[in-house]
Amino acid sequence: MSPTALRATPLNSLHRALGAKMVDFGGWDMPVQYSGVIDEHRTVRNAVGIFDVSHMGEIEIRGPEAAQLANFAATNDVGKLKIGQAQYSGLLYDHGGFVDDILVHKVAGDRFFLCVNASNQEKDFERICSINRFDAQVEFASERYAQLAIQGPKAGAVVQKLTPVDLAAIKYYWFADGLVCGVPARIAHTGYTGEDGFEIYVAPSQAERVWTEAIAAGAEFGIKPCGLGARNTLRLESAMALYGHEIDASISPLEAGLGWIVKFDKGDFAGRAALLRQKEAGVKRKLAGFEMRGRGIAREGYETLIDGSPAGWVTSGSPSPTLNKNIGLCYLPVERAQHHPQSGQAIQVIVRGQPVDAVTVEIPFYKRVK
Amino acid sequence: MYPENFRYTKEHEWVLVEGSAGTVGITDHAQEELGDIVYVDLPKVGARVERGKSLGSVESVKAVSDIYSPVGGEVTEVNEALADAPETLNRDPHGAGWLVKLRLTEPAEVQDLLTAEDYQEYVEAEK
Repeated sequence: MSPTALRATPLNSLHRALGAKMVDFGGWDMPVQYSGVIDEHRTVRNAVGIFDVSHMGEIEIRGPEAAQLANFAATNDVGKLKIGQAQYSGLLYDHGGFVDDILVHKVAGDRFFLCVNASNQEKDFERICSINRFDAQVEFASERYAQLAIQGPKAGAVVQKLTPVDLAAIKYYWFADGLVCGVPARIAHTGYTGEDGFEIYVAPSQAERVWTEAIAAGAEFGIKPCGLGARNTLRLESAMALYGHEIDASISPLEAGLGWIVKFDKGDFAGRAALLRQKEAGVKRKLAGFEMRGRGIAREGYETLIDGSPAGWVTSGSPSPTLNKNIGLCYLPVERAQHHPQSGQAIQVIVRGQPVDAVTVEIPFYKRVK
Repeated sequence: MYPENFRYTKEHEWVLVEGSAGTVGITDHAQEELGDIVYVDLPKVGARVERGKSLGSVESVKAVSDIYSPVGGEVTEVNEALADAPETLNRDPHGAGWLVKLRLTEPAEVQDLLTAEDYQEYVEAEK
């Protein structure tokens, strides 16, 4: 793909002016780092960071039967949502594999707002349209939204300086619509870092204004712009799935340790029959966390061994800036993936041709103290 | 920025040749591109390395990169300090962050490599 074919967020030139290192991220020209991945990672854990995540997609479902469609598309129980509440969910194929993982926001009884992954947004839209046998309209709304994630223990203090909305009244995984920097915004108490924080949706034309004012408001707390590099290490420490790594069309939520977002008893939903069959037969592989014991860093796609035999593959691996260990997630045969609190399961990761010792550990690797 | 007495590769390694001895490292541009370096894998003393072939690897938080030897030779010394302080490669890539010393098989090989001026131009053009 030539550089000119890359898609850009409204903040692209601002990132370049800030000296960000830009990369092709699934067809998007995105900042991977500014001051450095480790520095940005620690800034989010200890203070506050701001991320441009405007590449993320938005889909809206409206109409008299919007709730029925949203609940049929999602694996989690959308029927449980109150207005102003958000929920993590799966969007599945009929065979039970992931089309995407999504955040469903209930804006009104007849209106739902979905935040979806950038590189999946078109197929998500097509999938939802294809299962729409309800009196509901599905709108591809990505062009109407930019998204900024302000994350870290000081995120609330920063965002509160920019909005009259009382943030203390927005519980975790709830959202409110209101003014941010004087412009209409959706303020969601959500995030992908394992830290407290907010995700703010605004019109693309207003993104630069909100970014610039957030940087100014956050100066007293040491706010820094953060790139996708830190976003990845932060989510990995929190063992949050990343599409294309832990989850994809060949993986079901039950395998990915995401059984908690599958509500079989809520009624029918896309992929339910296949998941039920899988549940009854028992899953064969399961996601597990591990840390390296030997020298070496596991990376996505590396093979794993148990007692010398192939056991699965690494889905994500990286040094953990918070734990100062090399950590990773991998798929293992289910009987090996169950965590043994005392010892863990000894595995080996093939790092550039050499088996290196590792051991399974409980996930998430990092849990913030609330 | 790029020392005049070094020679460079398009894969962003440098070599300083003194007689039949060569010191090899990665360039400032390479460390800049990699970001925070967290792990360095180097050959053992006595290993033979071929010109253009992998000499080892460096890993940043984000990814692994091969290091290609700018010249052929036998490894006479390895920068052991990097095992505990890989960030030295970010701080001082042309100095304390050297990787290995080699006894060169063919010292004349170095003439094929880029001069500091050529390398600087190459890096500018790549940006």
